[in-house]
Amino acid sequence: MPTTPLNPSPAVRCDDARLLERLRGGDDDAFDLLVRVHARALLATARRMLGVESDSQDAVQEAFLSAYRGLSAFDGRASVATWLHRIVVNTCLMRLRAARRKPEHSPLSLLPEYLEDGHQRTDTRPWRALPTQTLERVELCRLVRATIDELPMVHREVILLRDIEGLGTDEAAAMLGISAGALKVRLHRARQALRTLLEPHFVEVLS
Amino acid sequence: MSERPYITCRELIDFIADWREGTLAPTERFEFERHLAVCPSCVAYLDSYETTVAALALLREREAPPAEVPPALLDAIRKARRG
Ligand SMILES: [Zn+2]
Repeated sequence: MPTTPLNPSPAVRCDDARLLERLRGGDDDAFDLLVRVHARALLATARRMLGVESDSQDAVQEAFLSAYRGLSAFDGRASVATWLHRIVVNTCLMRLRAARRKPEHSPLSLLPEYLEDGHQRTDTRPWRALPTQTLERVELCRLVRATIDELPMVHREVILLRDIEGLGTDEAAAMLGISAGALKVRLHRARQALRTLLEPHFVEVLS
Repeated sequence: MSERPYITCRELIDFIADWREGTLAPTERFEFERHLAVCPSCVAYLDSYETTVAALALLREREAPPAEVPPALLDAIRKARRG
């Protein structure tokens, strides 16, 4: 599961509270426990967002340190798992933005083209359905993953936050420093851009 | 009988996200669906948009957590905290 439960059971919350108390007291064992319990999920998130293995490990390390330094700012309203997930997503986002990238598609070039009267310049052709066989699905996931990596950063980051890591509109908007309304528009554009890049793989071949 | 013009393909495509969320005003929703009824190209566009979103959901579901974390990483994190 890529995302963490937003409403953890009371038992988990109780453990969280005790763990936080020990962490704030500088308990080494508590930090060890935190790392052992949550490192797998954080590494999974970092791999989904960054892809490159060494970068992912560095990001996880950085995220745990940020979490440790930010302990006093954590209000305990979310679960520890959710809190750590948001920290590693943010860490990866900063790394993605800092990374040098090959020239990207211009965001506008991936939107539909219209005639002056507002109609589509070329008719959209029907797509075939998603595959149902496991092997084809594995292949499809590889394709979608590679296509996300081709998106302009402005589109890629909103897809990663909302559609891959499962952040809500408000959370994703806050992380990107934009309004919820702007976030929604950006997500719609990003999905349209991904649609454009996937299109050649999905249109029925006319014989 | 009103002879209102249909909304354009551009307007329809811009409305898709709100239509899917059910947040379009009733008049806009009516116009959205009226356009769809006469425009196969927009039907195909909407369908391909849904397929794109479904493919993302499939990816999200399939990319599970890794089996294990390299022990060296755990050590590095512990060391880094002690500074
Ligand atoms: Zn149309």
